Amino acid sequence: MEIYGETIGSRLMLGTARYPSPEILKEAIRASGAEIVTVSLRREAAGERAGQKFWDIIRETGVRVLPNTAGCHSVRQAVTTAQMAREVFGTNWIKLEVIGDEDTLQPDLFGLVEATRILSDEGFQVLAYTTEDLVAADRLVEVGCRVLMPWGSPIGSARGLNNVYGLRAMRARFPELTLIVDAGIGVPSHAAQAMELGYEGVLLSSAVALAGDPVAMARAFKLSVEAGRLAFGADPLEPRDMAEPSTPVLGQAVLA
Amino acid sequence: MSSSATTGKMSGNTPRITVVGAGVAGLATAVTLAERGGRVTVHERADSLGGEAASWLAGGMLAPFCEAETADPAIIAPGLAAIDWWGDRVPGVSRGGTLVVAAGRDAGEIRRFARRIDGAEPVDASGIARLEPDLAERFRQGLHVAAEAHLDPREALRALAERLRSFGGTIRLSSTVDPAAVDGDVVIDCRGIADDDPALRSVRGEMLILRTDELLLSRPVRLLHPRIPIYVVPRADGHFMVGATMVESDAPGGVTLRSAVDLMNAAYALHPAFAEAEIIEIKAGLRPAFPDNLPRVTRNGRIVSVNGLYRHGFLLAPDCAARAAALTLEHHEEIAA
Repeated sequence: MEIYGETIGSRLMLGTARYPSPEILKEAIRASGAEIVTVSLRREAAGERAGQKFWDIIRETGVRVLPNTAGCHSVRQAVTTAQMAREVFGTNWIKLEVIGDEDTLQPDLFGLVEATRILSDEGFQVLAYTTEDLVAADRLVEVGCRVLMPWGSPIGSARGLNNVYGLRAMRARFPELTLIVDAGIGVPSHAAQAMELGYEGVLLSSAVALAGDPVAMARAFKLSVEAGRLAFGADPLEPRDMAEPSTPVLGQAVLA
Repeated sequence: MSSSATTGKMSGNTPRITVVGAGVAGLATAVTLAERGGRVTVHERADSLGGEAASWLAGGMLAPFCEAETADPAIIAPGLAAIDWWGDRVPGVSRGGTLVVAAGRDAGEIRRFARRIDGAEPVDASGIARLEPDLAERFRQGLHVAAEAHLDPREALRALAERLRSFGGTIRLSSTVDPAAVDGDVVIDCRGIADDDPALRSVRGEMLILRTDELLLSRPVRLLHPRIPIYVVPRADGHFMVGATMVESDAPGGVTLRSAVDLMNAAYALHPAFAEAEIIEIKAGLRPAFPDNLPRVTRNGRIVSVNGLYRHGFLLAPDCAARAAALTLEHHEEIAA
């Protein structure tokens, strides 16, 4: 998968919060094969670099850190957090979240477009956490975003892909863009389904972190993402109304 | 290691033992060694008992089953043993178990929690009313973890200090010492986050203490919530400890508004009587933790280190203290041999 000109081997990205321990987080990252993990600056730092020890543990795994602006509710907050993240993590990548609704944690698409415009102008490479809204997606692309991350369903809800039609339409509209399903993935079949739709990758967090055995679940997601991608490339069947026997019955004796 | 190393009294020349840090790890270790005949001096950099200790802000839950939802199951056996250890040494250890509840829409959280822990019995509305009458009609589903207990951490630390003195031990407040340079045959380093071990990190926790006469609880109540799980621990005189956040941060500052709002909202969700409660205290502390969130008890020459008790200070300090005592004796025997 390509992210702003860089080729990334794994199509699975992991969040890093709420694991039972950093040790288990490290094992889960390894088991998932993820090459990119997201880190929330706001929540885990409480002050600049105050989360350094935790970030160091993540870095030991050799993965790339994609800072995010989780928990930001305004353009200004998100932009400031992104600027701080660039300094702390030394990367122009930012997973941009501007939350518009406290209950559903739905992105504020207006704020998201504005923040993307500001950050793109400042040289950031924005991975925008958005919905499947095509108009918002067009605007995001206009202001410089090249990686769109539509939600599957609300963050942490584990409901899977709420709007398969919308995600399919987005894939069809932006065949050249890197599209990653972010949020709402609960079980590996959800991730496989996103991959079967032709998405480049998935990003998930609590599905692994809060599982009873995060390391086993990380591996399950690794396999499902690979399976879904393979299936996408293998041109799967369309659903049919009529049954079609998989073994020809021609010539078989008809017993009345 | 000889069997006397784990259980026995120290014989011959009683060693002079210096403990650095008077949090729960330091005091539990000091008391354990004093009980076995050691001459113990505790140095505490703060000017009051618990003044800078993470354990001063602890919930005081002795809840190994509930904690094992996310912690390594290795904490269960020493955690259960800790209940008796504390019961034998400090007043006010209450063995009413833990009540776990969730709002109606979070029924899935109860099912998930029940699947993942041992020792829990499901309780319905009438069961909850029987255990905690003031929560009757507020929750219809919950779990009772009967084998768990709780104590008041500050009372417990004071009682340990008292017990240490009764065994001839000394506590020196406002005394900052370097474990490598301090006197003593054996030095027990219990400095928590003040230790510069590179593997150690801080996990910030924020808590509040409320006071209300409108509500009576007799055991810790955990309110499960997809975003903000909290617990409320009853203390004497209408006081309630509400905790606690978990933030990967070593920022020492005060409580953030967001955390305060989260804790207060959750307390209010547990019972609306908290709306009228007085806020007695609101504080943040730093829990020392290793990458696996389990404590480590190690010896390097005459220095024994006890650290990384994370959110399990009162739960695991007795076990850590016993391990530290065994290493102390091991060193003592090496010297004698």
